[in-house]
Amino acid sequence: MRRTESTLRGSAPSAADDLAEIVREAAARGTPLSVCGQGSKAGLGRHTPTAESVTTSAMTGVTLYEPEELVLSARAGTPLAEIAALLDARGQQLAFEPMDYGPLLGGAPGAATIGGMVAVNASGSRRIKAGAARDHLLGFSCVTGRGEIVKSGGRVMKNVTGYDLSKLVCGSFGTLAVLTEVTLKVLPKPETEQTLIVSGLAEEAALAALRLASGAPCEVSSFAVLPNVAPGLPGPVAALRLEGPAISVAARRDDLALRLADFGGRVETLDAAASRALWTAVRDAAPLAGEGQIWRISTAPTQGYRFVDALRRAGAPLLAHFYDWAGGLVWLRLEPAPDAHAGTIRAALAPLGGHATLVRAGEDIRARVDVFQPQPAALAALTRRVKDSFDPAHILERGRMRAEF
Amino acid sequence: MALLMPAPEAEILARRGELLARLAKILPAKDIIADEIARRAFECDAFTMYRALPLVVVLPQTVAQVQAIMALAAQMNVKVVPRGAGTSLSGGSMPLEDGILLGLSKFNKILEIDYENRCAVVQPGVQNLAISKAVEAAGFYYAPDPSSQIACSIGGNVAENAGGVHCLKYGLTTNNILGLEVVLMGGEIVRFGGKHLDSEFYDLLGLMTGSEGLLGVVTEVTVRILQRPGVARGLLLGFADVESGARCVGAIIAAGIIPGGMEMMDNPTIRAVERFQPCGYPLDAGAIVIVELDGTQAEVDHLVAAVETIARDCGATTSKISQSEAERLQFWAGRKNAFPAVSCIGPDYLCMDGTIPRARLPEVLTGMERLAQQHGLRVANVFHAGDGNLHPLILYDASKPGDIEAAEALGFDILRLCVAVGGVLTGEHGVGVEKRDLMGEMFSEIDLAQQMRVKCAFDPNGRLNPGKVFPTLHRCAELGMMHVVGGALPFPDLPRF
Repeated sequence: MRRTESTLRGSAPSAADDLAEIVREAAARGTPLSVCGQGSKAGLGRHTPTAESVTTSAMTGVTLYEPEELVLSARAGTPLAEIAALLDARGQQLAFEPMDYGPLLGGAPGAATIGGMVAVNASGSRRIKAGAARDHLLGFSCVTGRGEIVKSGGRVMKNVTGYDLSKLVCGSFGTLAVLTEVTLKVLPKPETEQTLIVSGLAEEAALAALRLASGAPCEVSSFAVLPNVAPGLPGPVAALRLEGPAISVAARRDDLALRLADFGGRVETLDAAASRALWTAVRDAAPLAGEGQIWRISTAPTQGYRFVDALRRAGAPLLAHFYDWAGGLVWLRLEPAPDAHAGTIRAALAPLGGHATLVRAGEDIRARVDVFQPQPAALAALTRRVKDSFDPAHILERGRMRAEF
Repeated sequence: MALLMPAPEAEILARRGELLARLAKILPAKDIIADEIARRAFECDAFTMYRALPLVVVLPQTVAQVQAIMALAAQMNVKVVPRGAGTSLSGGSMPLEDGILLGLSKFNKILEIDYENRCAVVQPGVQNLAISKAVEAAGFYYAPDPSSQIACSIGGNVAENAGGVHCLKYGLTTNNILGLEVVLMGGEIVRFGGKHLDSEFYDLLGLMTGSEGLLGVVTEVTVRILQRPGVARGLLLGFADVESGARCVGAIIAAGIIPGGMEMMDNPTIRAVERFQPCGYPLDAGAIVIVELDGTQAEVDHLVAAVETIARDCGATTSKISQSEAERLQFWAGRKNAFPAVSCIGPDYLCMDGTIPRARLPEVLTGMERLAQQHGLRVANVFHAGDGNLHPLILYDASKPGDIEAAEALGFDILRLCVAVGGVLTGEHGVGVEKRDLMGEMFSEIDLAQQMRVKCAFDPNGRLNPGKVFPTLHRCAELGMMHVVGGALPFPDLPRF
């Protein structure tokens, strides 16, 4: 075995073979193993203290970048910031705009690794047009809970050879396998962007009317309604982002502004720099800033407002909230409660469809409450069988997603 | 090289009478096809090289009937092969002699169109193109457009993760569906996703997509619909050879332009297309590239000019820009007819589907030419150029002894070459039975064991579409116990079929 660095966090192997040996050994003992990159999202998910841990922080480096082929591979512990800078230098980006959870969870910004980004299936405001990490992960290598080194997918844009396990590892929070290397589709950065801000509309009207107005031919790539004060802006406002070649953005801005005029309200335009700053803030849920418990809800775009309305009628102590994804993503900050209002929130969401995830609450609460949306019995059983197929001894991130495994 | 399927289980064949009697309690007689002559119509899908007579064909009309059939199959330990429109090019719905062929063709209704949430809820037997037609008047469409879109079903698209000519920009099936209702082996019903984005837990929606009918039977699909771009224009570019065409494709992407579609054809295909249905392709070009740019008027005008300049710099010998919608469609007509057209230059063809890193195209082309010569056959090439997905069409004559075998062997060699340069066996047609025995070229035994364990989570007795995708069959219990030592699995002598 090559030298494996030990840190305060636990083992930090630099080679996949060493990682596999660590996992195999833990599996043989049946000892739970927590898995992380830099730990920037350690506060996400159920809280379960684990004695032993392994980090991919020593597995770093971009192993392939071919801009003309729109593909990049990196070892799982590579800092996301390093990858973003590399892409930026060639006019490219990860089009799904991975959210930085750091500040929301009380940590530093820019600490995420590429593996962690995949493990939580990160995305941003452009999700409605460009997808999430799941839509861009072309292939990966990992060590499963059995301690086996497994690869799936490839490095090409189009591939249906074998099951699409890339989808499974995106959002699995390390419970199926420890990622060792990921291959992603990268895309050109838009030449420029502008954002139209509409103020003076009621929340419901803004969501309904703008949803209809915002489609093609304007190609709005992000659409949020921020009832609370966004940095530097008077609230409540609707924000619609236009991206592309300058000539196209200008034409669409004029077209969209004309369509928006019908709804009343004041329309202003943010230039590229202000637009970028706004959408970075929205991506990272900055409009929620403040004390309290935080939830993230994904539902159909028409149901977002109805959900918040139902919550208000149920008397939930909302401190702040906003909508992204054309109304389909709802972020909430509430006054703390022992159950983090899980019952109220999930009861309000049940008739509307979708899922609610508790993003921020105290450790004791995240140990008690279902952080991830509970599933119907048949689906929960199937989910568990999928977990078993990768990690039969339930050693990887035991309890992180479900108390049962 | 004959394709070996798992031997029909005598125990199942012996109970055919009992199975038919019990199916008759679930379905009306008209939805059960037991007669041998009628069953013959189902003996293959669009991968016609191999055929098998299904034990029985059932055409249920309700989800409850599908559940009952799946419960019965599990109870009687009978295999099930799901089938949509039967257009699989890889034998994904090839029947089994000891299996029920479960046809979803009667699930042909669009259940809901929800413009505000930009989605439609449809039954799996609905034609791909029918979705776009249904929402066309409101200015919407369903993006994935496989060449077979006038025939293929959305359920089959989900099973195969179908692509099309627009997927570099708009994605594959997996990027364009939101929800599924699935009946598992045994009759349990589960729903993945809905009208919202992302999964509450593991992304089983994504896993199901492209699982080739091995995990469950899809009974309802929620698809995303997109608003049609305001303007679309095509460029028809001719080049002296495929290499120059490929260079141009790379230069367009390097310039930060992602066209709505970008297709390439080589000279043999151009000639075949012009003979089949002339559409103005330059017969003397070594290759043509069709580029489609879509968006707003200003954007498209800007991009058309940019692409034209890039093409000129890459040595384009001809360059035509569509001046009308009719002309744009004419540019595409030849591409969409490429497969039937190739039948004009050879009696039969075998369509391959590898994907390669685009930069490796010149060496792959040279390699293919060499391999074709070795096997004494000709190859015509159609490429989804933007994403490196190749469709070499191997021309052969089934009536000539040895030609089928030579075509198959050449196909395998071409796919091995694709994998060797960092590509994959299949970009959009699926593994099915066609590429099953090549899976070892891309995956280790350990990789495949993990995939098979995932199947076990859905189908512990291996009754759903067995004999497809995986070159060996393992019992789930055996996979669960299996430990890998030094990169090799035990039981290397297990029978392969």
